[in-house]
Amino acid sequence: MSEVRAEPPQAQWPLYEVFVRGKRGLNHVHVGSLHAADDQMALRHARDVYTRRNEGVSIWVVRSADITASSPDEKDPLFAPSGDKVYRHPTFYDIPADVPHM
Amino acid sequence: MTTVDDVAPELVESFETTIGHHDRIEPRDWMPEGYRRTLVRQIAQHAHSEIIGMQPEGNWLTRAPSLRRKAILLAKVQDEAGHGLYLYSACETLGVSRQQLTEMLISGAQKYSSIFNYPTPSWADVGTIGWLVDGAAICNQVPLCRTSYGPYGRAMIRICKEESFHQRQGYELLMTMMRGTDEQREMVQESVDRFWWPALMMFGPPDDDSPNTAQSMEWGIKRHTNDELRQRFVDMSVPQAEALGVTLPDPELRWNEERGAHDFGAIDWDEFWTVVKGGGPCNAQRIAHRKRAWDDGAWVREAATAFARRSAS
Repeated sequence: MSEVRAEPPQAQWPLYEVFVRGKRGLNHVHVGSLHAADDQMALRHARDVYTRRNEGVSIWVVRSADITASSPDEKDPLFAPSGDKVYRHPTFYDIPADVPHM
Repeated sequence: MTTVDDVAPELVESFETTIGHHDRIEPRDWMPEGYRRTLVRQIAQHAHSEIIGMQPEGNWLTRAPSLRRKAILLAKVQDEAGHGLYLYSACETLGVSRQQLTEMLISGAQKYSSIFNYPTPSWADVGTIGWLVDGAAICNQVPLCRTSYGPYGRAMIRICKEESFHQRQGYELLMTMMRGTDEQREMVQESVDRFWWPALMMFGPPDDDSPNTAQSMEWGIKRHTNDELRQRFVDMSVPQAEALGVTLPDPELRWNEERGAHDFGAIDWDEFWTVVKGGGPCNAQRIAHRKRAWDDGAWVREAATAFARRSAS
């Protein structure tokens, strides 16, 4: 086709992950992702896309490429060390029912 | 292409166990190529529908009859943009880029819901779209909150929370018009006459002509068949139409005591396929508009990239 592309092929804006704190006292929670040219634009877009109804009091944005994640393939070996340590849970210990405040 | 034969049996087993437990598949889990492909098609089509869906109502933004209605309509159209973005993000977790998705929409390689190829010549259409089109969308979307692919389900949860406002504002708009003049009541009825059948078509082809449904249900992508959801929508809409005081344009629509559901007339599937294949009243206009917005926005995307590059150095 002879038609010229309206835009030269270019790398897309990088992907950012968005975390929103719903209200004071809560953790920031991952809500989704978006594309932006830079950090400031990512923050503005996050406000427009993820907090149109007062869903948050604080937003974090982080480049998706900067996140290091555990691999699902290694799930078992990675989490295995805590699997057999039942003594880390309070229910492991038998305390007589008549002992108060325990 | 990776087929099930090429992959380690543990991976296939782990996938099937997760699906069997109605648990969620996450982006970095192994999944069969067909599962990924089906999801890309469905989520992309869904995202494109939200984006194209801004046009029929956007048509009325500058002509809304009051500031209140204009503010509501603006908020609604912004929501559609937001919903499109949630869904594009979910789709990108399957390894397809935003740019590819936009290009596939513009080239026609991917579809969007046929309902948005109908025109909105009347202000009452804004109300009817909220009531019937968003109502049908809600019927489709609520079960998708439990879909087996995690990012899709999470996007659907956000969307469903917001969608309820869309339906209620539309119904309220129609109620207001029904309390008005005879001419306004006629406008509502005329609009409902045009949108009722296309709204029923939103659930897709009948079950015996829907080749992907069985596999999609096996994978937990879909939770109900097209006909089940369509029936649910009809049963929900009938009392709403009565309360509103409009007649649904189907002489065969009546309660069937035995089935505990409404019987309704035959849908014109020829019309459906014509619109899906590009022959609807507004197909060309919708895509041309989207392409123009994309092309006209090119300099903004480039300028932002250049600015970011300069600020970084």
